[in-house]
Amino acid sequence: MAEVNTGDGGEAKKGKPKKHTLRVDFTPMVDMNMLLITFFMFCTTLSKPQAMDLILPTKDEVKKEDKNKVEDTKAITVILGEKNKVYYYFGKPNYTDPNSLALTNYGPQGLRKMLIERNAVLVNRMRKLRDLKAKKQISEDDFKKQSKEIKNDDAGQVVIIKPTDGATYSNLVDVLDEMQICSIGKYAIVDLTEGDKYLVQNLETGGSLSKQAASK
Amino acid sequence: MSKVKTKKHSTFIDMTAMSDVTVLLLTFFMLTATFLPKEPVQVTTPSSVVDIKIPESNLLTILVSPKGHVYLNFDRPADKLAILDKVSQEFKIQFTDKQKKSFLSQPTIGVPISALPKFLDMSVSEQDEVLKANGVPSDSTNNQLKKWIQYGQAVNENLKIAVKSDQTTPYPLIKSVFSTLQDIKANRFNLITTLKGMPAV
Repeated sequence: MAEVNTGDGGEAKKGKPKKHTLRVDFTPMVDMNMLLITFFMFCTTLSKPQAMDLILPTKDEVKKEDKNKVEDTKAITVILGEKNKVYYYFGKPNYTDPNSLALTNYGPQGLRKMLIERNAVLVNRMRKLRDLKAKKQISEDDFKKQSKEIKNDDAGQVVIIKPTDGATYSNLVDVLDEMQICSIGKYAIVDLTEGDKYLVQNLETGGSLSKQAASK
Repeated sequence: MSKVKTKKHSTFIDMTAMSDVTVLLLTFFMLTATFLPKEPVQVTTPSSVVDIKIPESNLLTILVSPKGHVYLNFDRPADKLAILDKVSQEFKIQFTDKQKKSFLSQPTIGVPISALPKFLDMSVSEQDEVLKANGVPSDSTNNQLKKWIQYGQAVNENLKIAVKSDQTTPYPLIKSVFSTLQDIKANRFNLITTLKGMPAV
C-alpha cells in the first residue's frame, strides 16, 4: 500500500537502473494524529461547563396561611459576611446574647462540619446509599430517586441563606455547594434583615450593642 | 546439498490503514467540537461538586463581569434575528441588512439598545473594545436586560437561562440580576460552575 514501485515490471537487465521500492513510513503521522485526537477529545468533553440548578421563590405576595413555618429545631440561618466570613445561628435569633451567633469559615472543618453534625440522620442515610452505589448494588436511576427521597425527608434541616452585601458570588456558590455535600434538600436564599445586621455587628463588636440595649 | 533457505521476513508494518482510521477519527472530533463563543470579559467561574452539564441548545447565557457589566448571548441565530425584529418594532429603530448580519456574527449583546445601530456599523475589533466599556443596562429605571430576556422567551419558549459570573463578583451585582429574573418569573435557572471532586463526608 504505502510503497511505490518504480520499476518497469520487467526483469532487471544489465545497464538498466535498479528496481527501487519507495516505502513511506506512516508511523510518525499516526503518532501525530493520535495526539490531535486526544486533544480534541479532551476539548469537547472538558470544555463543557457544569450547571448548578437554582430555583428562587417568586416575588408574588404569599398569603399568610400558605407560608410554611419552619420548626425552630430544624432551622439553620447562615449569614454570608464579608471577607469570606460565615455566621450562623440555630432556630430563632437571640438578640440579647452576642454569642448566639457563631462565626465559622467555608472550609471542611467550618461550615461543613457544623452542617453534617446537624444533619447527621440524612448524611448517614446518604452515606449508606453511596456505599451501595459504589458496590454496584443499585442502579444509577435508583440512586438518583432514593437520594432525592432522602433529601426531601422531613427529618432534614432547613437552611436559610442570607448573603450580605459584602459577600461574593463564589461565597454563594460555595454555600449552595455545601447543601449538595451535606444532603440538605431544603434551602432558600433570603434577603438580609435589619435584625441579622444587628446580630453580626453585635458579634463583631463583642456584644457592645446588646450591653447598650440592656443598660437603657 | 543445497541449504534450506529461510525466508526473510520484513518487520515493516504497514501503517497506512492505521493512519486512515486516525484521520477519520480526527475529522469526526474536529467537526463535533463546539467552540466557545468569544466573551468580552474573561471570568473564572467558581467550582462546585454538581456534575450536571449545561443544556446544549436553547440557552441564554447571562454573563456578569466583576464590575457589574451584563452581557447576553443567545445561542440560536434564528432566535437572534427574531429578537432583533422585536427590538426594532418596539424601539422604532430600523436595521439595515448589513447591521442584521453584523448582529448575527457578534456573539455578545452588550450595549444599550439606543447605541445598537452605531455599534453594529463598527468593525469586529472595534466592537470588542466598545463591549468592554458597556453592557446591557439593568438598573431599575432602564432595565433593558429584562426586555431582552422577555423577547427571548417570547421567541423561544424553551429558552433556558444560565448565569455565568466571576468568583469575585460582589453579591449585590448578582442579586440585581437574580431579582430581574424573579420579576419576569424566570425563577428557575442555572449557575455555570466548574467541576471539583466530591469530598468524602
